[in-house]
Amino acid sequence: MSEKEVKNLEAIFEARIARDEKIEPKDWMPEKYRQTHIRQISQHAHSEIVGMLPEGNWITRAPSLRRKAALLAKVQDEAGHGLYLYSATETLGISREELFDQLHSGKAKYSSIFNYPTITWADIGAIGWLVDGAAIINQVALCTTSFGPYARAMVRICKEESFHQRQGYEIMLTLCNGTPEQKAMAQDALNRWWWPSLMMFGPRDADSPHTEQSMKWKLKRKTNDELRQQFVDQTVPQADILGITVPDPDLKFNAETGHYDFGEIDWDEFWQVVKGHGPCNKERMEARVGAWERGSWVREAAMAYAEKQAKKKVAKAS
Amino acid sequence: MKKDWPLWEVFVRSKNGLEHRHFGSLHAADAEMALENARDVYTRRNEGVSIWVVESKYITASNPADNGEFFEPAQDKIYRHPTFYDLPDEVKHM
Ligand SMILES: [Fe+2]
Ligand SMILES: [Fe+2]
Repeated sequence: MSEKEVKNLEAIFEARIARDEKIEPKDWMPEKYRQTHIRQISQHAHSEIVGMLPEGNWITRAPSLRRKAALLAKVQDEAGHGLYLYSATETLGISREELFDQLHSGKAKYSSIFNYPTITWADIGAIGWLVDGAAIINQVALCTTSFGPYARAMVRICKEESFHQRQGYEIMLTLCNGTPEQKAMAQDALNRWWWPSLMMFGPRDADSPHTEQSMKWKLKRKTNDELRQQFVDQTVPQADILGITVPDPDLKFNAETGHYDFGEIDWDEFWQVVKGHGPCNKERMEARVGAWERGSWVREAAMAYAEKQAKKKVAKAS
Repeated sequence: MKKDWPLWEVFVRSKNGLEHRHFGSLHAADAEMALENARDVYTRRNEGVSIWVVESKYITASNPADNGEFFEPAQDKIYRHPTFYDLPDEVKHM
């Protein structure tokens, strides 16, 4: 295709986006749009998959059958979310194998939040409340994103997320209404998860090189800072109901703006974890790669069985 | 020898009286596994009463790049629409 033809197609494409038309997999799209989407949607998929690990840690030790069933169902949902998103990514012409390779080799990123440890049961409450809460804010903003398969996956995911957050908040509520030790556990979990949750929205707008292009393509509908502010505004009153304190001395309601002002995030920590030096990066990748490798004989056996059955069918028919 | 599980497209009827609708895709070794995976991935909350799966490679799709010519035959046939016909306002129920 000549450069002029590409320019022409690009103009048509930009106009479609401007009209809020959805882009579907077989439509022409700029190579950069395709690559950016492969990167972002797969990163999202990897986050759902790796995100099962910190919570999976507590399934066998949940304090009651009710909690165990709920946590198990939540973790299963996260597996489902990963699968919706992987198949949305594959519509862009990349295989599942390549996507897994990128995750396992460390080439692809996943959300840094999952590189923090879950050391007490209260962490399961804090994750549902804060981490799923932050994820919901990100994901609701993506339900109207321009790429059709991504938007459809997001709609499905958002429908399932609200139970995740409610089950987490209920755990926090139970702990906060329990013994002083239980309430202290809840406070400790909030202390450890608050800042990493704020980091989930990514770097400040000023330090986010992709934001402008992503907004133009309607891949992103709100900026990192806007979403982060929304999270703070809705979460602080929820902490008040629990009767625990957000670990930020600078946190204060600003009557003028109608929003909470909050302190500076430790961006060094953020970049350290992104670069692989968080408390659990190594453990998470080992668990993930290990599960994939240990499962390989099962995948091969299933394929061999399928082929054998297919041959039998042909033999019978002839 | 390593062979990847093929890709399947999943269609779900949410309730009797409605058509099967495309829900997404997944990987499975064979049709039976594709059905079970589809149940676990796409109907965890009773979203369906019936599932179809078909290997993606068997789907033939029209090419959006050809949409102009491909869908052109319907473009100028405005007489296929009820509003094409001029009727006086007094005519009711039509
Ligand atoms: Fe999720
Ligand atoms: Fe979730």
